[in-house]
Amino acid sequence: MSMDDVFKALADPVRRQLLDSLHQRNGQTLGELCAGHDMSRQAVTKHLGILEEANLVATRKDGREKLHFLNPLPIFEIADRWIEKFEHGRLRALDDLKKNLEGKPDGKR
Amino acid sequence: MGKDKFIYVTYIRATPEKVWEALLMPEFTKQYWFGVTLDSDWKKGSPWKMVFSDGRIGDGGEVLEIEKPRRLVLKWRNEFIPEIKAEGYSTCTMEIEPFGDATRLTVLHEIDKSESKLITAVSGGWPKVLAGLKSLLETGEAMPGLTSVPGCKSQEAVNQ
Repeated sequence: MSMDDVFKALADPVRRQLLDSLHQRNGQTLGELCAGHDMSRQAVTKHLGILEEANLVATRKDGREKLHFLNPLPIFEIADRWIEKFEHGRLRALDDLKKNLEGKPDGKR
Repeated sequence: MGKDKFIYVTYIRATPEKVWEALLMPEFTKQYWFGVTLDSDWKKGSPWKMVFSDGRIGDGGEVLEIEKPRRLVLKWRNEFIPEIKAEGYSTCTMEIEPFGDATRLTVLHEIDKSESKLITAVSGGWPKVLAGLKSLLETGEAMPGLTSVPGCKSQEAVNQ
């Protein structure tokens, strides 16, 4: 799965809605996920397949049921790619502040 | 009783052996897991604990299953925030499988309790840890900002 797959999977409002639904309640069956939609089971299954292919949804068998879970890691990696350097500055600033307040300047970083 | 659970999956361009080593060995975890060390002899039934760089214990429990380099199941409890510790033990399962040239790492963390604060806390921590692990193994560098818990002394500060 490439980052292209992630963006393609996210570029559809129905698929984003499915992710919203899992964000609200993780670990749903196909039936539960269909309940919120005016779509055939096949259509929802196809959307879930695209989400799973992009690693945005992870599945697990639980007895006879297949449960769907939101996997946030690809989105985290996207955020990390463009936001991390700003975040890093903030973390370092907090760290420096703490060291100053504790009177232990650490010049080794 | 309800259950609270999440599953995170990441693909890492490294061998299962390397991923296993990076998950457990201090020389790796210190670089991407907020500076922590996982302390255990890694035998079934043995205790394990997560030690922060300043020596405090974060989480701990027991090794329930271990099958190097494929599967590790840990009984897992928070040890330093009283209201989360009070929730008791959760179970964390890590599965490592070859996937083409890469390795698929699945982390499943669950507790027999709905709306668990422990699950909320670890579900926020795992993405950073797993992204850091992936970055370290694929590029040789962990992401900056992951070598210590904000507000926790870094290792060099402790050594001074």
